[in-house]
Amino acid sequence: MKKILDVSKLKKIYHTNKEEIFALKDINFDVFQGEFISIVGPSGCGKSTILSILCNLIDKSSGNISLYNGNKIAYMLQNDSLLPFMNVLDNCLIGLKIKGPIKNSDKEYVINLLKKYGLADFIYKYPDSLSGGMRQRCALIRTLAIKPDILLLDEAMSALDYQSRLKIGEDIYKIIKNEKKTAIMVTHDIGEAISMSDRVIVLSKRPAIVKNIYDIKFENLSTPINNRKDICFSKYFDTIWRDLNE
Amino acid sequence: MNDYSYEHINYLKKIKWNNFFVLITRLFIIILFLSLWELFARTGFINTFLYSSPSIIIKTLYRLSITGELLKHLNITLFELTISFFLSTILGITIATIFWSCNFIHKVFDPYITVLNSLPKVALGPLIIIWFGASTNSIIFMSLLISVFITIINVYHGFNSTNENYITMIKSFGATKWQVFRYVVFPSNINNIISTLKINISMNLIGIIMGELLVSKKGIGYLIMYGSQVFNIDLVITCIFILGIISYIMYYLINKISR
Ligand SMILES: Nc1ncnc2c1ncn2[C@@H]1O[C@H](COP(=O)(O)OP(=O)(O)OP(=O)(O)O)[C@@H](O)[C@H]1O
Ligand SMILES: [Mg+2]
Repeated sequence: MKKILDVSKLKKIYHTNKEEIFALKDINFDVFQGEFISIVGPSGCGKSTILSILCNLIDKSSGNISLYNGNKIAYMLQNDSLLPFMNVLDNCLIGLKIKGPIKNSDKEYVINLLKKYGLADFIYKYPDSLSGGMRQRCALIRTLAIKPDILLLDEAMSALDYQSRLKIGEDIYKIIKNEKKTAIMVTHDIGEAISMSDRVIVLSKRPAIVKNIYDIKFENLSTPINNRKDICFSKYFDTIWRDLNE
Repeated sequence: MNDYSYEHINYLKKIKWNNFFVLITRLFIIILFLSLWELFARTGFINTFLYSSPSIIIKTLYRLSITGELLKHLNITLFELTISFFLSTILGITIATIFWSCNFIHKVFDPYITVLNSLPKVALGPLIIIWFGASTNSIIFMSLLISVFITIINVYHGFNSTNENYITMIKSFGATKWQVFRYVVFPSNINNIISTLKINISMNLIGIIMGELLVSKKGIGYLIMYGSQVFNIDLVITCIFILGIISYIMYYLINKISR
């Protein structure tokens, strides 16, 4: 497998008027093509900070991030942030619009994604007519539209109730695998992390360091919901649970 | 349309009736007011020399329109109103945009704008006349002063309270400041801008009439001034009536355009 991203000695200190917040102390990990990686850690330890640095929303304090041979990164935020004054298609095209005039082939690509993932009837509708799950899928397609190699997902499903989370987790997983993308997902749900990922990165509390990285291997690798029934699932769950709470 | 359920049809009917009832009550109030006024005037209960009456106002309106006076003065006032409305809208939005895009400039000018906004502009009237002369320019400038600062403040505040999540989202795609403005900040604020324009148009009208009262030889404000000087109360009240109609039409137009 090809290594496509390498993060080493990443450090981040926030400066505000009142204080300095030491968010990331020493973060090291690498990512291989096609992998699904989850990052779990105590609340406020700096998970979102890692993603924000990776997609250039904020600057790092020090450390090194190498993105190999021109791979593109796209960020899917915690909330869907669909713009209420644009229809679904235009929302999904916004990332492309930023880069320049939209090519017909790109537009077709996005329309196909929308059709493929159950939004065919909503292409020209406004976001307020979508259900929570549809909005999430729409937000995912918006990030896929720029054809990124690596997707960053920040608590992508946390706004939803448990039932929908399982369902959308399943959907998002399938879409990402289908489109052969690499993903780095931040979550506070250990079960979600284990059931979807190839590797789980456990962070310490702030200032964060990487406590452990777990390779997740199931007896019968399947989709997230089925993975939860695998005999290895609870073993990983217990270990990571203990890791997080010590 | 006919696949609505019985309940839904009833619901729609109820809404229709409700709206109709509101309209009828509105009309009733104005008709009652006008008839009582007319009645009191005819029976001598009020002095028409001081309080005029609806029929006299209609006569005055008629007289003013056949002599062409009404149109002349109305044209001037509407012209000044349009110019100052567009100028203050464009100026206000442009300055608000500059403030949004450069925090330094905003910080520097914020206290000045606040002071200028709360300054009673009438107090500046005499100065404006001295500087710009007793002309249309002075009137438009006066109107501009009244509305432009509040436009800047309102529009900037709207820009600044745009949903942060939208901005983070578009920035994550690598949007420039200008793109953030164009695709997120400005469209998010359309409603806010329209309601600012609604306030603006009445602010501008106040400015124009104030200006005309102070300096001009033309316009509805001038007619009011002239009417009060020669003690022609009919003319004064007729002009106020016309102003009411102008305000209503302006408000209606902005509502129409914003849809
Ligand atoms: N822009 C900022 N300025 C100052 N401090 C910040 C900023 N963003 C985050 N922080 C602080 O940095 C720390 C890490 O924040 P971050 O959002 O990365 O944590 P997180 O692990 O994603 O938390 P959560 O689980 O609540 O989503 C927190 O203590 C937070 O208060
Ligand atoms: Mg977070």
